[in-house]
Amino acid sequence: MAKITKRVKFTFPQDMIKQPVTYQLGQKFKVITNIRRANVRDDMGWVVLELEGDEAEIERGLNWVTTTGVRVDSVVGDVVEG
Amino acid sequence: MSYVKCLTCRECGNEYPVEPHHVCEFCFGPLEVSYDYDAIARDISRDTIAKGPLSMWRYWQLLPADLNKGGVDMGTGYTPLVRAKNLGRLLGLNNLYVKNDSVNPSFSFKDRVVSVATNKALEFEFEVLACASTGNLAGAVAAHGAKAGMKTMVFFPADLEKGKIIGAAIYGATLVAVDGTYDQVNRLCSELADNHRWAFVNINMRPYYAEGSKTLGYEVAEQLGWRAPDRCIVPAASGSLYTKIWKGFKEMGDVGLIEKPNTKMHLAQAAGCSPIVEAYGQGSLHVRPVKPNTIAKSLAIGNPADGFYALKTASATKGSCLAVPEPEVVEGIRLLAETEGIFTETAGGVVISALRILAKQGIIHPDEVTVAYVTGNGLKTLEAVESVVNPIHTTPDYATFQKALAAR
Repeated sequence: MAKITKRVKFTFPQDMIKQPVTYQLGQKFKVITNIRRANVRDDMGWVVLELEGDEAEIERGLNWVTTTGVRVDSVVGDVVEG
Repeated sequence: MSYVKCLTCRECGNEYPVEPHHVCEFCFGPLEVSYDYDAIARDISRDTIAKGPLSMWRYWQLLPADLNKGGVDMGTGYTPLVRAKNLGRLLGLNNLYVKNDSVNPSFSFKDRVVSVATNKALEFEFEVLACASTGNLAGAVAAHGAKAGMKTMVFFPADLEKGKIIGAAIYGATLVAVDGTYDQVNRLCSELADNHRWAFVNINMRPYYAEGSKTLGYEVAEQLGWRAPDRCIVPAASGSLYTKIWKGFKEMGDVGLIEKPNTKMHLAQAAGCSPIVEAYGQGSLHVRPVKPNTIAKSLAIGNPADGFYALKTASATKGSCLAVPEPEVVEGIRLLAETEGIFTETAGGVVISALRILAKQGIIHPDEVTVAYVTGNGLKTLEAVESVVNPIHTTPDYATFQKALAAR
């Protein structure tokens, strides 16, 4: 399957901030994680990163990230407008 | 000719050529259009503007597209700035104005942003104009695409009310009903923009698209007799409109058309989707995404792309961000209709209710020049105000009517 790159933003709720979700994504799935920008505070955190791997593997990985309670978005935020 | 220099990353400042790009390759920050302001200041004047068309394109020097390359102008913009004496009297405000942008070609301010995106898409030789929308944006894209002779694709969640997409369908747009949630439509459209040569107005055209909103600042300053207002109340979904109106005032000051602006910018959201207001209340610059649950569907963006920049604008202008309780949205619509004869959609209801709160709290001084932005037409959200229909029932004879009238 073709390798792709995907740009995503993870938003961490307060109870997930200390969890190594990005590391686990790279360990559990064959996905390379490359952090470009991030901000972590007491009550929330976000990280903008590039993922590289097989399309289906990235999709499986992102589905797993969603199950942890971390929100996954495109880097440009919502694109459905009024 | 164009006065655009390049695209610049808002986060790291890296520069890029003028192409259909929206994200910095280095840090993935959003890109913004940079202009040669010295050249604009040299060439633009109140006279050159007055000689331009009676549309948003009278400020073409400050926009990133060139109509001379065969572009389209549907007459978008240059909408009325109404002196709202009746509403002002009720709220104790002596210099209140309503910028009525509900009279654009497809009945919302989205025509401004789409007008720029369409002309830029034509310059880039795109054949397809696309968007993901729940109403206003879809109509604007479909209308401008029709005028420009482009194919249009409009994406929306399949469970959306039919009435909301008729306004796009009528222009001949290809409608794509996606079996999924808003989040899934978001992800699909982001992927499509990366992999198809389609001009998604608010994705790969976003840096140009967003610039169209600045004209709502230019026009108000010109219509006030070449001055920026003291206060503005602006509705917010992504937060882009709010930041761009302020940018419009600032640019007019920078190129010498008005005095340096000192406008306090107030941002309004409905309580059921107010992620920017929540961050403002917490003194944070970082927006926590929410799941929208509001009557104001045109403002229902849970993860606003420009939330961070909107919060910076609120702080830089000494304005504020406030949320309107959901029941007060319809009250705002009624208040504007009953006092000024302007029928706005739910986003306008949010703005008028926010204005009422600011006036009641004494935040707005009675003599301050205040502008409330009404960005969409009430005919788009009739279902939100169905409860106002309460006719007098009568049989067709004089006596019964008199009796029914007396009983009211």
